[in-house]
Amino acid sequence: MSSNAITIPGARIEAKPWVDELHQWLTTVDHKRLGILYILSSLLFLAVGGVEALIIRIQLMHSRNNFVSPEVFNRMFTMHGTTMIFFVAMPVLFGFANYLVPLMIGARDMAFPRLNAFSFWLSFLGGLLLYFSFLGGSGLYGAGSAPDVGWWSYAPLGARAFSPGHSSDYWTLALLVSGFGSIGTAINIIATILCLRCPGMKINRMPLLVWMNLVMAGMVLLAITPLSAAQIMLLIDRYLGGHFFDTQAGGSAVLWMHFFWIFGHPEVYVLIIPCFAFMSEIIPVFSRKPIFGYPVMVAATVCIGFVSMSVWAHHMFTIGMNSYANSFFTLTTMVVGIPTGIKIFNWIGTMWGGRIQFKTPMLFSIGFLFQFLIAGLTGIMMAASPFDWQLSLSYFVVAHFHYVIVGGILFALFAAFYYWYPKMTGRMLSERLGKWHFWLFLIGFHLTFDVMHIPGVLGMPRRIYTYEPGRGWDTLNFIISIGAFIQALAILVFVANLIISYFKGARAGNDPWDAWTLEWSISSPPPVYNFATVSTVASRRPLWDLKHPEDPDSRYE
Amino acid sequence: MAGLIMAESAIFTIFVVAYLFYLGKSITGPTPREVLETPILYTICLLSSSLTIHFAAKSLERDYTRLFLGLWLLTIALGGLFLYGTAQEWHRLIYERGLTISTNLFGTTYYSLVGLHAFHVTAGLIMLLVVATFGFTGRMGVNQSGRVAVLSMYWHFVDAVWVVVFTVVYVLGR
Repeated sequence: MSSNAITIPGARIEAKPWVDELHQWLTTVDHKRLGILYILSSLLFLAVGGVEALIIRIQLMHSRNNFVSPEVFNRMFTMHGTTMIFFVAMPVLFGFANYLVPLMIGARDMAFPRLNAFSFWLSFLGGLLLYFSFLGGSGLYGAGSAPDVGWWSYAPLGARAFSPGHSSDYWTLALLVSGFGSIGTAINIIATILCLRCPGMKINRMPLLVWMNLVMAGMVLLAITPLSAAQIMLLIDRYLGGHFFDTQAGGSAVLWMHFFWIFGHPEVYVLIIPCFAFMSEIIPVFSRKPIFGYPVMVAATVCIGFVSMSVWAHHMFTIGMNSYANSFFTLTTMVVGIPTGIKIFNWIGTMWGGRIQFKTPMLFSIGFLFQFLIAGLTGIMMAASPFDWQLSLSYFVVAHFHYVIVGGILFALFAAFYYWYPKMTGRMLSERLGKWHFWLFLIGFHLTFDVMHIPGVLGMPRRIYTYEPGRGWDTLNFIISIGAFIQALAILVFVANLIISYFKGARAGNDPWDAWTLEWSISSPPPVYNFATVSTVASRRPLWDLKHPEDPDSRYE
Repeated sequence: MAGLIMAESAIFTIFVVAYLFYLGKSITGPTPREVLETPILYTICLLSSSLTIHFAAKSLERDYTRLFLGLWLLTIALGGLFLYGTAQEWHRLIYERGLTISTNLFGTTYYSLVGLHAFHVTAGLIMLLVVATFGFTGRMGVNQSGRVAVLSMYWHFVDAVWVVVFTVVYVLGR
């Protein structure tokens, strides 16, 4: 522990030399600091991945463009995908889980603080390892090169013959290392939730955020590990002359696809379930109503957790599986839509008849609801395997999953930032800049990703570095790129907001949103030890009980 | 630990699936039927070490430290014997039968699956040895029994995985 001395909330703390401060941050095992480190590192990678996206969009702005070479273009989309999934989305969600789960269940820290720090540094250094490939990808003698085989690294592209040098090795090792970090964090989250709840916090009284992070952590254990195993096999292939994915020796390229997508699809749910968790906390607070259908919500989450483990091959309809497999995966994929639909209805049910406050977090939440619905609908379209045969590997697919990841996950994350920033820093984010951020981002998002469906339907394949004029794709691609720049501008507004509000934002106080979960009962930012006294909980909304002793929730449960 | 075991099981599952998937898909020899011999003795060693570690943990709970240390060392010996068995088998396969990890698909999958398991046995042995050193310096008592129970859970898991690997590689695979 960096400091065992108990600081009294509100007391002035002397300024320490910055070296001390830095040392404390680097060696911290405090879940709040690690959570913030996770979030900061993912913001850094978000900027990098965003620049890569812009390079892709500039290159595709019009036909026969020469902004970057085909090789660089391949590196850009590979690095963009890998960065955004593994070093932005996962760490930022782990960061929020780290920060919020112990506070919401009234715990002092995570169950294994050192493991927590270890996991963070693994995943952060994994990211640095990936980017070191720009320098070391071809060894010391040549110009560096990043991995360029796509974020799936389909066999045999990942094999030594087709990916010489070390670029693929950096990719493999980065994912392996950060994968171990993820497993550590997942174990930590599960142990924390199961063992460290405060008195009275029965498992059916946990905030939904905690429930969903529990499911998420369980899925991480089962979903990340196949990827780690597959990466080990790839390393054996590349370094020890193994034949796992070497078709010339009888190995199978399709097996790599299976292993990758056994990871890849649950991964989408690993990312989206914590976002469901944010929604389930934010929507009730800004609708001034308790969540509609708590038990159904939990059941739907667990259900998604199970079903999403058996849908992976819907990424592989075009590789020629037999019709039984195709029908099976079509069915399971459509079945996932049911619990997801239940959730959307529950959130709408929560808003229905509520006194909705249109603060920035709520705006982003409503954006999430609409966009996630549309993303789900295009998902159902492509779950039908014949339809997928037509559109697989086209820009329609790219538009679909960006709708999920940007329109769903990123919007939910922005909502979470605006909602919990006051807790983490003690300052409110500016509402005015927040509204600018929201509207700019919304317009940019729809300009880019609504339009992107159309070239997909017109037959534009993904991962091409340029295209012929006269196919009717030029104008559409131009609009898409303009949208991308509007989104970038919105992100700049967001970052400016984060920085300006940190110094000049209004003081938040303990509970700026009049919310109901335990983290709002303590000062903002919370003291190192979290709770001065161990709280006892009697209902799902402990702070409501505290504020309204005349009409506590516990009476109705 | 239960979480770790869940994650580890998933890793092993993938390797077992790869092994089963590639059974009989090798283009060149040698095949499992030609070269593999069933390591019954060493399997018995490993499986009985599960029993000894169980009783070791139980005796620590009752504070019989000497009995604990004896059983613990027996566990280490049995685990070490198993590793020796694997080493001997690999030596025979490599030098007499010419089967290496890059010979054919069978070699690739066999060495990675059995190797992954042997790696876990080795990791387990290192942890067991650390506990044994603490035992010799007289620091193991009832208050450590929780930790020892967790470690023995890991060891049981390694054994259980061997049952699966054994079935797949030496029974079904031939």
